[in-house]
Amino acid sequence: MTLCLSGGVGKGKRTGKSMIRDITIGQYYPGDSPIHRLDPRVKLFGTLIYIISLFIFKGVAAFVLAAIFLVAAIKLSGVPFFYMVKGLKAIVVLMVITGLFHLFFTQGTPLVSFGALTVTREGLKNAALMLVRLALLIIGTSLMTLTTTPNQLTDGLEKSLAPLSKIGIPVHEIAMMMSIALRFIPILIEETDKIMKAQAARGADFESGNIFRKVKAMIPLLIPLFVSAFRRANDLALAMEARCYRGGAGRTKMKPLCYRKCDYAAYAVLFLYLASMIALRFVWIRMSVFLEW
Amino acid sequence: MSIILDKVNYVYGAGTAYEAQALKNVSLKIEDGEFIGLIGHTGSGKSTLIQHLNGLIRAASGGIYYNGEDIYDRDYDMRGLRSKVGLVFQYPEHQLFETTIFEDVCFGPLNQGLSKKEAGVRAFEALNCVGIPEELYYQSPFDLSGGQKRRVAIAGVLAMKPEVLILDEPTAGLDPGGRDEILDQIAKMHREQGITVLLVSHCMEDIAKYVGRIIVMNQGEVLFDGAPEKVFEHYRELEAIGLGAPSVTNFLHGLLERGLPVNARAITVEAAKHEILEMIAERKRR
Repeated sequence: MTLCLSGGVGKGKRTGKSMIRDITIGQYYPGDSPIHRLDPRVKLFGTLIYIISLFIFKGVAAFVLAAIFLVAAIKLSGVPFFYMVKGLKAIVVLMVITGLFHLFFTQGTPLVSFGALTVTREGLKNAALMLVRLALLIIGTSLMTLTTTPNQLTDGLEKSLAPLSKIGIPVHEIAMMMSIALRFIPILIEETDKIMKAQAARGADFESGNIFRKVKAMIPLLIPLFVSAFRRANDLALAMEARCYRGGAGRTKMKPLCYRKCDYAAYAVLFLYLASMIALRFVWIRMSVFLEW
Repeated sequence: MSIILDKVNYVYGAGTAYEAQALKNVSLKIEDGEFIGLIGHTGSGKSTLIQHLNGLIRAASGGIYYNGEDIYDRDYDMRGLRSKVGLVFQYPEHQLFETTIFEDVCFGPLNQGLSKKEAGVRAFEALNCVGIPEELYYQSPFDLSGGQKRRVAIAGVLAMKPEVLILDEPTAGLDPGGRDEILDQIAKMHREQGITVLLVSHCMEDIAKYVGRIIVMNQGEVLFDGAPEKVFEHYRELEAIGLGAPSVTNFLHGLLERGLPVNARAITVEAAKHEILEMIAERKRR
Protein backbone atom coordinates (compact mmCIF):
# COMPACT_ATOMS: atom_id res chain seq x y z
CA MET A 1 0.00 0.00 0.00
CA THR A 2 1.36 3.41 -0.84
CA LEU A 3 0.77 6.15 1.65
CA CYS A 4 1.51 9.52 0.24
CA LEU A 5 2.05 12.63 2.23
CA SER A 6 1.21 15.44 -0.09
CA GLY A 7 0.30 18.99 0.60
CA GLY A 8 1.35 22.43 1.42
CA VAL A 9 4.27 22.15 3.74
CA GLY A 10 5.80 25.54 4.10
CA LYS A 11 2.95 27.48 2.59
CA GLY A 12 3.14 30.54 4.79
CA LYS A 13 6.65 31.44 3.81
CA ARG A 14 6.73 34.84 5.37
CA THR A 15 4.74 34.05 8.45
CA GLY A 16 7.64 31.68 8.97
CA LYS A 17 5.98 28.53 10.21
CA SER A 18 5.15 25.59 8.03
CA MET A 19 1.56 25.13 9.08
CA ILE A 20 0.95 21.57 8.09
CA ARG A 21 -2.79 21.51 8.18
CA ASP A 22 -3.25 20.88 4.46
CA ILE A 23 -1.64 17.46 4.43
CA THR A 24 -3.97 14.71 3.28
CA ILE A 25 -3.29 11.14 4.22
CA GLY A 26 -3.76 8.26 1.83
CA GLN A 27 -4.69 11.09 -0.54
CA TYR A 28 -8.31 9.86 -0.76
CA TYR A 29 -10.38 11.82 -3.28
CA PRO A 30 -14.03 11.65 -2.22
CA GLY A 31 -16.47 10.63 -4.93
CA ASP A 32 -19.22 8.22 -5.88
CA SER A 33 -17.98 6.72 -9.14
CA PRO A 34 -18.22 3.02 -10.09
CA ILE A 35 -14.53 2.74 -9.16
CA HIS A 36 -15.15 4.27 -5.73
CA ARG A 37 -18.01 1.83 -5.14
CA LEU A 38 -15.99 -1.28 -6.00
CA ASP A 39 -15.15 -3.70 -3.22
CA PRO A 40 -11.67 -2.81 -1.89
CA ARG A 41 -10.53 -6.39 -2.52
CA VAL A 42 -11.23 -5.96 -6.23
CA LYS A 43 -9.13 -2.80 -6.24
CA LEU A 44 -6.30 -4.46 -4.32
CA PHE A 45 -6.16 -7.47 -6.64
CA GLY A 46 -6.73 -5.25 -9.63
CA THR A 47 -3.72 -3.14 -8.74
CA LEU A 48 -1.65 -6.28 -8.16
CA ILE A 49 -2.68 -7.70 -11.54
CA TYR A 50 -1.98 -4.40 -13.21
CA ILE A 51 1.53 -4.27 -11.73
CA ILE A 52 2.22 -7.84 -12.86
CA SER A 53 0.92 -7.08 -16.33
CA LEU A 54 3.30 -4.13 -16.61
CA PHE A 55 6.25 -6.45 -16.09
CA ILE A 56 5.24 -9.21 -18.47
CA PHE A 57 4.49 -7.02 -21.44
CA LYS A 58 6.76 -6.30 -24.31
CA GLY A 59 6.20 -4.20 -27.38
CA VAL A 60 4.33 -1.11 -28.33
CA ALA A 61 0.90 -2.74 -28.65
CA ALA A 62 1.01 -3.88 -25.02
CA PHE A 63 2.09 -0.40 -23.95
CA VAL A 64 -0.89 1.10 -25.67
CA LEU A 65 -3.27 -1.45 -24.18
CA ALA A 66 -1.97 -0.85 -20.63
CA ALA A 67 -2.28 2.89 -21.09
CA ILE A 68 -5.78 2.67 -22.54
CA PHE A 69 -6.87 0.42 -19.68
CA LEU A 70 -5.55 2.91 -17.12
CA VAL A 71 -7.00 5.97 -18.82
CA ALA A 72 -10.39 4.26 -19.03
CA ALA A 73 -10.27 3.47 -15.30
CA ILE A 74 -9.27 7.05 -14.47
CA LYS A 75 -12.08 8.46 -16.61
CA LEU A 76 -14.54 6.14 -14.87
CA SER A 77 -13.28 7.20 -11.41
CA GLY A 78 -13.94 10.89 -12.06
CA VAL A 79 -10.74 11.87 -10.22
CA PRO A 80 -9.07 14.81 -12.01
CA PHE A 81 -5.96 13.74 -13.90
CA PHE A 82 -3.92 16.36 -12.02
CA TYR A 83 -4.19 14.29 -8.83
CA MET A 84 -2.69 11.25 -10.57
CA VAL A 85 0.34 13.15 -11.77
CA LYS A 86 0.91 14.54 -8.27
CA GLY A 87 2.02 11.04 -7.23
CA LEU A 88 4.70 11.11 -9.93
CA LYS A 89 6.36 14.16 -8.41
CA ALA A 90 7.60 12.08 -5.49
CA ILE A 91 9.60 9.74 -7.75
CA VAL A 92 10.91 12.17 -10.34
CA VAL A 93 14.48 11.71 -9.06
CA LEU A 94 14.20 7.94 -9.19
CA MET A 95 12.82 8.13 -12.71
CA VAL A 96 15.62 10.39 -13.92
CA ILE A 97 18.32 8.11 -12.46
CA THR A 98 16.73 4.98 -13.88
CA GLY A 99 16.36 6.64 -17.27
CA LEU A 100 20.00 7.76 -17.34
CA PHE A 101 21.30 4.33 -16.35
CA HIS A 102 19.35 2.64 -19.10
CA LEU A 103 20.32 5.32 -21.57
CA PHE A 104 24.07 5.08 -21.03
CA PHE A 105 24.76 1.55 -19.86
CA THR A 106 22.95 -0.58 -22.39
CA GLN A 107 25.11 -2.41 -24.94
CA GLY A 108 24.12 -2.14 -28.58
CA THR A 109 24.30 -0.02 -31.68
CA PRO A 110 25.83 3.38 -30.78
CA LEU A 111 23.90 6.54 -31.71
CA VAL A 112 25.69 9.47 -30.07
CA SER A 113 28.60 9.51 -27.65
CA PHE A 114 29.72 12.02 -25.04
CA GLY A 115 33.28 11.10 -24.15
CA ALA A 116 33.15 7.83 -22.26
CA LEU A 117 29.34 7.69 -22.33
CA THR A 118 27.60 6.29 -25.34
CA VAL A 119 23.91 6.39 -26.10
CA THR A 120 22.80 3.27 -27.93
CA ARG A 121 19.63 2.54 -29.84
CA GLU A 122 18.77 -0.23 -27.42
CA GLY A 123 19.53 2.07 -24.50
CA LEU A 124 17.14 4.70 -25.78
CA LYS A 125 14.46 2.09 -26.24
CA ASN A 126 15.02 0.57 -22.80
CA ALA A 127 15.00 3.94 -21.07
CA ALA A 128 11.74 4.97 -22.70
CA LEU A 129 10.19 1.61 -21.86
CA MET A 130 11.28 1.79 -18.23
CA LEU A 131 10.05 5.33 -17.74
CA VAL A 132 6.62 4.59 -19.18
CA ARG A 133 6.47 1.45 -17.08
CA LEU A 134 7.27 3.37 -13.87
CA ALA A 135 4.81 6.14 -14.68
CA LEU A 136 2.00 3.65 -15.35
CA LEU A 137 2.88 1.80 -12.15
CA ILE A 138 2.69 4.88 -9.95
CA ILE A 139 -0.45 6.24 -11.58
CA GLY A 140 -2.09 2.82 -11.30
CA THR A 141 -1.42 2.53 -7.57
CA SER A 142 -2.40 6.19 -7.05
CA LEU A 143 -5.76 5.42 -8.61
CA MET A 144 -6.33 2.80 -5.93
CA THR A 145 -5.37 5.05 -3.00
CA LEU A 146 -7.31 7.96 -4.47
CA THR A 147 -10.55 6.02 -4.73
CA THR A 148 -10.35 3.91 -1.56
CA THR A 149 -10.40 5.20 2.00
CA PRO A 150 -7.56 3.89 4.19
CA ASN A 151 -10.14 2.09 6.31
CA GLN A 152 -11.64 0.31 3.32
CA LEU A 153 -8.15 -0.73 2.32
CA THR A 154 -7.36 -2.27 5.69
CA ASP A 155 -10.76 -3.99 5.66
CA GLY A 156 -9.95 -5.39 2.25
CA LEU A 157 -6.52 -6.55 3.41
CA GLU A 158 -7.94 -8.14 6.53
CA LYS A 159 -10.51 -10.12 4.58
CA SER A 160 -8.07 -11.14 1.84
CA LEU A 161 -5.47 -12.30 4.35
CA ALA A 162 -8.00 -14.00 6.66
CA PRO A 163 -6.82 -17.52 5.71
CA LEU A 164 -3.43 -16.70 7.28
CA SER A 165 -5.02 -16.56 10.73
CA LYS A 166 -5.35 -20.35 10.51
CA ILE A 167 -1.59 -20.65 10.77
CA GLY A 168 -1.44 -18.36 13.78
CA ILE A 169 -0.87 -14.96 12.22
CA PRO A 170 -2.99 -12.36 14.07
CA VAL A 171 -4.48 -10.86 10.90
CA HIS A 172 -7.30 -9.03 12.65
CA GLU A 173 -5.00 -7.45 15.22
CA ILE A 174 -2.58 -6.31 12.54
CA ALA A 175 -5.43 -4.79 10.53
CA MET A 176 -6.80 -3.09 13.64
CA MET A 177 -3.39 -1.61 14.44
CA MET A 178 -3.10 -0.38 10.89
CA SER A 179 -6.47 1.32 10.92
CA ILE A 180 -5.83 2.91 14.31
CA ALA A 181 -2.44 4.14 13.14
CA LEU A 182 -3.98 5.56 9.97
CA ARG A 183 -6.78 7.17 11.94
CA PHE A 184 -4.29 8.81 14.27
CA ILE A 185 -2.03 10.32 11.65
CA PRO A 186 -4.33 13.25 10.82
CA ILE A 187 -5.11 13.75 14.52
CA LEU A 188 -1.44 13.94 15.42
CA ILE A 189 -0.72 16.24 12.49
CA GLU A 190 -3.47 18.57 13.66
CA GLU A 191 -2.13 18.38 17.21
CA THR A 192 1.39 19.19 15.99
CA ASP A 193 0.06 22.16 14.08
CA LYS A 194 -1.84 23.36 17.13
CA ILE A 195 1.10 23.06 19.51
CA MET A 196 3.45 24.70 17.01
CA LYS A 197 1.10 27.64 16.76
CA ALA A 198 0.64 27.82 20.52
CA GLN A 199 4.41 27.90 21.07
CA ALA A 200 4.88 30.35 18.21
CA ALA A 201 2.36 32.59 19.97
CA ARG A 202 4.74 32.47 22.96
CA GLY A 203 7.60 33.55 20.75
CA ALA A 204 9.10 30.15 19.91
CA ASP A 205 11.19 30.09 16.77
CA PHE A 206 11.47 26.75 14.96
CA GLU A 207 13.42 27.93 11.96
CA SER A 208 16.44 30.11 12.57
CA GLY A 209 19.75 29.12 14.10
CA ASN A 210 22.10 26.21 13.52
CA ILE A 211 21.19 22.55 13.79
CA PHE A 212 21.67 22.39 17.58
CA ARG A 213 19.43 25.37 18.13
CA LYS A 214 16.82 23.86 15.85
CA VAL A 215 16.87 20.55 17.69
CA LYS A 216 16.57 22.38 20.98
CA ALA A 217 13.70 24.40 19.59
CA MET A 218 11.82 21.16 18.95
CA ILE A 219 11.61 20.31 22.67
CA PRO A 220 8.61 22.58 23.37
CA LEU A 221 6.88 20.88 20.45
CA LEU A 222 7.81 17.24 21.04
CA ILE A 223 7.12 16.97 24.77
CA PRO A 224 3.51 18.15 24.59
CA LEU A 225 3.03 16.02 21.47
CA PHE A 226 4.22 12.84 23.19
CA VAL A 227 2.19 13.62 26.29
CA SER A 228 -0.91 14.02 24.19
CA ALA A 229 -0.23 10.91 22.10
CA PHE A 230 0.05 8.79 25.25
CA ARG A 231 -3.06 10.40 26.68
CA ARG A 232 -5.01 9.65 23.51
CA ALA A 233 -3.74 6.07 23.34
CA ASN A 234 -4.79 5.52 26.95
CA ASP A 235 -8.24 7.01 26.34
CA LEU A 236 -8.73 4.91 23.24
CA ALA A 237 -7.68 1.68 24.95
CA LEU A 238 -10.07 2.44 27.79
CA ALA A 239 -12.92 3.26 25.42
CA MET A 240 -12.35 0.05 23.47
CA GLU A 241 -12.26 -2.05 26.61
CA ALA A 242 -15.37 -0.33 27.92
CA ARG A 243 -17.10 -1.62 24.78
CA CYS A 244 -15.86 -5.14 25.46
CA TYR A 245 -13.29 -5.28 22.67
CA ARG A 246 -11.28 -8.48 23.02
CA GLY A 247 -9.65 -8.91 19.66
CA GLY A 248 -10.76 -10.62 16.50
CA ALA A 249 -12.24 -13.94 17.66
CA GLY A 250 -15.99 -14.11 17.00
CA ARG A 251 -16.15 -10.47 16.01
CA THR A 252 -18.62 -9.40 13.34
CA LYS A 253 -18.49 -6.33 11.14
CA MET A 254 -20.87 -3.42 10.84
CA LYS A 255 -20.30 -3.26 7.11
CA PRO A 256 -19.19 -6.74 6.03
CA LEU A 257 -17.48 -6.83 2.67
CA CYS A 258 -19.40 -8.83 0.10
CA TYR A 259 -19.04 -9.03 -3.64
CA ARG A 260 -21.80 -7.64 -5.82
CA LYS A 261 -22.50 -8.02 -9.50
CA CYS A 262 -20.33 -5.07 -10.49
CA ASP A 263 -17.40 -6.56 -8.55
CA TYR A 264 -17.65 -9.79 -10.51
CA ALA A 265 -17.90 -7.75 -13.70
CA ALA A 266 -14.74 -5.88 -12.67
CA TYR A 267 -12.93 -9.19 -12.08
CA ALA A 268 -14.03 -10.33 -15.55
CA VAL A 269 -12.66 -7.16 -17.12
CA LEU A 270 -9.40 -7.57 -15.18
CA PHE A 271 -8.84 -11.15 -16.30
CA LEU A 272 -9.75 -10.25 -19.86
CA TYR A 273 -7.11 -7.52 -19.68
CA LEU A 274 -4.50 -9.87 -18.20
CA ALA A 275 -5.27 -12.52 -20.82
CA SER A 276 -4.86 -10.07 -23.67
CA MET A 277 -1.57 -8.82 -22.22
CA ILE A 278 -0.26 -12.40 -22.09
CA ALA A 279 -1.54 -13.04 -25.59
CA LEU A 280 0.16 -9.90 -26.84
CA ARG A 281 3.43 -11.05 -25.32
CA PHE A 282 3.36 -14.31 -27.23
CA VAL A 283 2.33 -12.55 -30.42
CA TRP A 284 5.24 -10.17 -29.96
CA ILE A 285 7.75 -12.98 -29.45
CA ARG A 286 6.48 -14.72 -32.57
CA MET A 287 6.70 -11.48 -34.50
CA SER A 288 10.22 -10.72 -33.36
CA VAL A 289 11.33 -14.27 -34.17
CA PHE A 290 9.74 -13.83 -37.55
CA LEU A 291 11.39 -10.48 -38.08
CA GLU A 292 14.80 -11.75 -37.09
CA TRP A 293 14.42 -14.66 -39.35
CA MET B 1 -3.79 51.73 19.29
CA SER B 2 -6.10 49.55 17.31
CA ILE B 3 -6.37 46.50 15.12
CA ILE B 4 -8.08 46.94 11.77
CA LEU B 5 -9.10 44.07 9.54
CA ASP B 6 -9.94 45.02 6.00
CA LYS B 7 -11.90 42.50 3.90
CA VAL B 8 -9.98 39.48 5.16
CA ASN B 9 -10.56 36.21 3.34
CA TYR B 10 -9.18 32.80 4.24
CA VAL B 11 -9.55 29.42 2.55
CA TYR B 12 -8.58 26.07 4.08
CA GLY B 13 -7.10 23.44 1.79
CA ALA B 14 -7.11 25.64 -1.30
CA GLY B 15 -6.87 23.55 -4.45
CA THR B 16 -7.83 20.26 -2.81
CA ALA B 17 -11.09 18.34 -2.66
CA TYR B 18 -11.63 19.58 0.89
CA GLU B 19 -11.51 23.29 0.10
CA ALA B 20 -13.52 25.39 2.54
CA GLN B 21 -13.79 29.14 2.85
CA ALA B 22 -13.32 29.91 6.54
CA LEU B 23 -13.50 33.72 6.38
CA LYS B 24 -15.45 35.84 3.92
CA ASN B 25 -14.70 39.56 3.66
CA VAL B 26 -14.30 40.12 7.38
CA SER B 27 -13.83 43.79 8.23
CA LEU B 28 -13.45 44.85 11.86
CA LYS B 29 -11.96 47.56 14.00
CA ILE B 30 -10.80 46.75 17.51
CA GLU B 31 -10.08 49.80 19.66
CA ASP B 32 -7.62 50.06 22.49
CA GLY B 33 -8.96 48.95 25.87
CA GLU B 34 -12.07 47.23 24.60
CA PHE B 35 -13.43 44.01 26.13
CA ILE B 36 -14.93 42.10 23.24
CA GLY B 37 -16.81 38.83 23.11
CA LEU B 38 -16.50 36.82 19.92
CA ILE B 39 -19.25 34.25 19.56
CA GLY B 40 -20.20 31.83 16.86
CA HIS B 41 -21.15 28.23 16.29
CA THR B 42 -18.47 25.52 15.81
CA GLY B 43 -16.92 26.08 12.39
CA SER B 44 -18.07 29.68 12.12
CA GLY B 45 -14.48 30.88 11.66
CA LYS B 46 -13.81 32.42 15.07
CA SER B 47 -10.63 30.43 15.77
CA THR B 48 -9.39 31.15 12.26
CA LEU B 49 -10.11 34.83 12.74
CA ILE B 50 -8.16 35.19 15.98
CA GLN B 51 -5.11 33.42 14.53
CA HIS B 52 -4.97 36.15 11.92
CA LEU B 53 -4.66 38.80 14.59
CA ASN B 54 -1.13 37.79 15.59
CA GLY B 55 -0.03 36.62 12.17
CA LEU B 56 -0.12 32.84 12.76
CA ILE B 57 -2.29 32.49 9.68
CA ARG B 58 -1.85 34.66 6.64
CA ALA B 59 -5.00 35.95 4.97
CA ALA B 60 -5.62 34.82 1.39
CA SER B 61 -6.64 38.37 0.60
CA GLY B 62 -7.32 41.55 2.54
CA GLY B 63 -5.22 43.54 4.98
CA ILE B 64 -4.59 43.64 8.73
CA TYR B 65 -3.25 46.77 10.39
CA TYR B 66 -1.88 46.88 13.93
CA ASN B 67 -1.52 50.45 15.20
CA GLY B 68 -1.76 51.63 11.63
CA GLU B 69 1.05 49.38 10.36
CA ASP B 70 0.38 46.72 7.75
CA ILE B 71 1.40 43.42 9.36
CA TYR B 72 1.89 41.86 5.92
CA ASP B 73 4.57 44.43 5.07
CA ARG B 74 7.79 42.75 4.00
CA ASP B 75 9.85 44.09 6.90
CA TYR B 76 7.16 43.99 9.58
CA ASP B 77 8.39 42.48 12.85
CA MET B 78 6.07 39.47 13.14
CA ARG B 79 7.66 38.14 16.32
CA GLY B 80 7.24 41.58 17.87
CA LEU B 81 3.57 41.44 16.95
CA ARG B 82 3.22 38.06 18.65
CA SER B 83 4.48 39.46 21.91
CA LYS B 84 2.09 42.42 21.65
CA VAL B 85 -0.92 40.30 20.75
CA GLY B 86 -1.02 37.41 23.22
CA LEU B 87 -3.04 34.43 22.07
CA VAL B 88 -4.25 31.76 24.47
CA PHE B 89 -5.41 28.75 22.48
CA GLN B 90 -8.20 26.39 23.32
CA TYR B 91 -7.07 23.87 25.94
CA PRO B 92 -3.80 25.80 26.45
CA GLU B 93 -2.72 23.31 29.12
CA HIS B 94 -1.67 20.98 26.27
CA GLN B 95 1.26 23.24 25.44
CA LEU B 96 3.02 22.93 28.83
CA PHE B 97 6.39 21.23 28.51
CA GLU B 98 8.97 22.43 31.05
CA THR B 99 10.10 20.61 34.16
CA THR B 100 8.70 23.22 36.51
CA ILE B 101 5.77 25.59 36.34
CA PHE B 102 8.01 28.60 36.85
CA GLU B 103 10.30 27.70 33.94
CA ASP B 104 7.34 27.07 31.68
CA VAL B 105 5.98 30.55 32.33
CA CYS B 106 9.47 31.96 31.69
CA PHE B 107 9.50 30.47 28.18
CA GLY B 108 7.65 33.39 26.57
CA PRO B 109 9.61 36.24 28.20
CA LEU B 110 12.93 34.49 27.43
CA ASN B 111 11.91 34.20 23.78
CA GLN B 112 11.29 37.95 23.86
CA GLY B 113 14.97 38.35 24.65
CA LEU B 114 14.65 39.31 28.32
CA SER B 115 17.32 38.30 30.81
CA LYS B 116 16.73 35.39 33.15
CA LYS B 117 16.12 37.75 36.01
CA GLU B 118 13.59 39.90 34.18
CA ALA B 119 11.82 36.81 32.87
CA GLY B 120 11.64 35.49 36.42
CA VAL B 121 10.02 38.71 37.62
CA ARG B 122 7.51 38.54 34.78
CA ALA B 123 6.73 34.90 35.56
CA PHE B 124 6.27 35.71 39.23
CA GLU B 125 3.84 38.52 38.42
CA ALA B 126 1.89 36.46 35.91
CA LEU B 127 1.55 33.43 38.20
CA ASN B 128 0.50 35.72 41.01
CA CYS B 129 -2.07 37.32 38.73
CA VAL B 130 -3.74 34.01 37.84
CA GLY B 131 -3.73 32.94 41.48
CA ILE B 132 -1.23 30.05 41.54
CA PRO B 133 0.12 29.66 45.09
CA GLU B 134 3.88 30.06 45.47
CA GLU B 135 4.47 26.58 46.87
CA LEU B 136 3.52 25.13 43.47
CA TYR B 137 6.05 27.16 41.45
CA TYR B 138 8.74 24.49 41.38
CA GLN B 139 6.51 21.49 40.77
CA SER B 140 6.02 19.76 37.44
CA PRO B 141 3.15 21.30 35.46
CA PHE B 142 1.94 17.76 34.71
CA ASP B 143 1.10 17.18 38.38
CA LEU B 144 -1.48 19.98 38.57
CA SER B 145 -5.25 19.74 38.30
CA GLY B 146 -6.91 20.66 35.02
CA GLY B 147 -7.97 24.12 36.16
CA GLN B 148 -4.54 24.90 37.61
CA LYS B 149 -2.80 23.78 34.40
CA ARG B 150 -5.06 26.06 32.42
CA ARG B 151 -4.15 29.00 34.65
CA VAL B 152 -0.44 28.27 34.37
CA ALA B 153 -0.79 28.19 30.58
CA ILE B 154 -2.62 31.52 30.60
CA ALA B 155 0.14 32.92 32.84
CA GLY B 156 2.62 31.76 30.17
CA VAL B 157 1.04 34.23 27.76
CA LEU B 158 0.44 36.98 30.34
CA ALA B 159 4.13 36.94 31.28
CA MET B 160 4.87 38.36 27.84
CA LYS B 161 2.89 41.47 28.85
CA PRO B 162 0.73 41.64 25.73
CA GLU B 163 -1.17 44.81 24.84
CA VAL B 164 -3.99 42.70 23.45
CA LEU B 165 -5.02 39.41 25.06
CA ILE B 166 -7.02 36.93 23.01
CA LEU B 167 -8.49 33.88 24.73
CA ASP B 168 -10.07 31.04 22.78
CA GLU B 169 -12.70 29.38 24.98
CA PRO B 170 -10.66 29.78 28.18
CA THR B 171 -13.37 28.11 30.25
CA ALA B 172 -14.08 25.02 28.10
CA GLY B 173 -14.22 21.93 30.27
CA LEU B 174 -13.91 23.73 33.61
CA ASP B 175 -16.37 23.51 36.49
CA PRO B 176 -18.46 26.63 37.27
CA GLY B 177 -16.13 27.63 40.13
CA GLY B 178 -13.00 27.46 37.97
CA ARG B 179 -14.81 29.22 35.16
CA ASP B 180 -15.85 32.23 37.23
CA GLU B 181 -12.40 32.48 38.79
CA ILE B 182 -10.64 32.65 35.43
CA LEU B 183 -13.12 35.10 33.93
CA ASP B 184 -13.02 37.32 37.02
CA GLN B 185 -9.24 37.44 36.83
CA ILE B 186 -9.35 38.37 33.16
CA ALA B 187 -11.92 41.08 33.85
CA LYS B 188 -9.72 42.40 36.66
CA MET B 189 -6.70 42.63 34.38
CA HIS B 190 -8.75 44.45 31.81
CA ARG B 191 -9.91 46.93 34.45
CA GLU B 192 -6.61 47.48 36.20
CA GLN B 193 -4.03 47.18 33.44
CA GLY B 194 -6.19 48.46 30.64
CA ILE B 195 -5.29 45.69 28.19
CA THR B 196 -7.59 44.97 25.29
CA VAL B 197 -9.30 41.59 25.70
CA LEU B 198 -10.94 39.46 23.05
CA LEU B 199 -12.83 36.55 24.57
CA VAL B 200 -14.01 33.72 22.33
CA SER B 201 -16.84 31.76 23.85
CA HIS B 202 -20.15 30.22 23.11
CA CYS B 203 -21.49 30.60 26.60
CA MET B 204 -23.83 33.58 26.38
CA GLU B 205 -23.89 34.08 30.15
CA ASP B 206 -20.09 34.52 30.30
CA ILE B 207 -20.14 36.95 27.45
CA ALA B 208 -23.09 38.99 28.69
CA LYS B 209 -21.63 39.40 32.14
CA TYR B 210 -18.21 40.74 31.16
CA VAL B 211 -17.91 42.20 27.70
CA GLY B 212 -18.70 45.65 26.33
CA ARG B 213 -19.08 44.60 22.73
CA ILE B 214 -20.11 41.41 20.97
CA ILE B 215 -19.10 40.18 17.54
CA VAL B 216 -21.20 37.32 16.18
CA MET B 217 -19.70 35.14 13.48
CA ASN B 218 -21.67 32.84 11.23
CA GLN B 219 -20.22 30.77 8.37
CA GLY B 220 -17.13 32.94 8.10
CA GLU B 221 -18.96 36.27 8.14
CA VAL B 222 -19.59 38.88 10.79
CA LEU B 223 -23.32 38.70 11.44
CA PHE B 224 -23.77 41.21 14.26
CA ASP B 225 -21.34 43.61 15.90
CA GLY B 226 -22.33 45.91 18.75
CA ALA B 227 -23.20 46.35 22.40
CA PRO B 228 -24.49 43.17 24.09
CA GLU B 229 -27.98 44.61 24.62
CA LYS B 230 -28.23 45.49 20.92
CA VAL B 231 -26.93 42.13 19.75
CA PHE B 232 -29.18 40.10 22.03
CA GLU B 233 -32.22 41.95 20.64
CA HIS B 234 -31.71 39.68 17.65
CA TYR B 235 -32.28 36.66 19.86
CA ARG B 236 -34.46 34.93 17.26
CA GLU B 237 -31.79 35.19 14.54
CA LEU B 238 -29.19 34.04 17.09
CA GLU B 239 -31.30 30.99 17.89
CA ALA B 240 -31.63 30.24 14.19
CA ILE B 241 -27.83 29.85 13.95
CA GLY B 242 -27.67 27.76 17.10
CA LEU B 243 -26.57 30.43 19.58
CA GLY B 244 -29.41 32.22 21.38
CA ALA B 245 -29.38 34.94 24.03
CA PRO B 246 -28.65 34.45 27.75
CA SER B 247 -31.43 32.50 29.49
CA VAL B 248 -32.40 35.53 31.51
CA THR B 249 -32.96 37.59 28.35
CA ASN B 250 -35.12 34.79 26.96
CA PHE B 251 -37.05 34.79 30.24
CA LEU B 252 -37.73 38.54 29.98
CA HIS B 253 -38.87 38.15 26.39
CA GLY B 254 -41.21 35.41 27.60
CA LEU B 255 -42.68 37.76 30.20
CA LEU B 256 -43.10 40.44 27.55
CA GLU B 257 -44.93 38.04 25.24
CA ARG B 258 -47.31 37.14 28.05
CA GLY B 259 -48.26 40.78 28.43
CA LEU B 260 -46.08 42.02 31.28
CA PRO B 261 -44.65 45.43 30.36
CA VAL B 262 -41.03 44.63 31.19
CA ASN B 263 -37.95 46.04 29.52
CA ALA B 264 -36.42 42.95 27.86
CA ARG B 265 -33.02 44.49 27.16
CA ALA B 266 -31.42 43.27 30.38
CA ILE B 267 -28.77 40.62 29.82
CA THR B 268 -27.55 39.78 33.32
CA VAL B 269 -29.46 38.35 36.25
CA GLU B 270 -28.89 41.50 38.35
CA ALA B 271 -30.18 43.81 35.63
CA ALA B 272 -33.17 41.56 35.01
CA LYS B 273 -34.01 41.54 38.71
CA HIS B 274 -33.88 45.31 38.67
CA GLU B 275 -36.16 45.51 35.63
CA ILE B 276 -38.72 43.13 37.09
CA LEU B 277 -38.81 44.93 40.46
CA GLU B 278 -39.18 48.22 38.61
CA MET B 279 -42.06 46.81 36.61
CA ILE B 280 -43.80 45.53 39.74
CA ALA B 281 -43.34 48.87 41.51
CA GLU B 282 -44.75 50.66 38.48
CA ARG B 283 -47.86 48.47 38.51
CA LYS B 284 -48.38 49.03 42.23
CA ARG B 285 -48.19 52.77 41.75
CA ARG B 286 -51.03 52.63 39.25
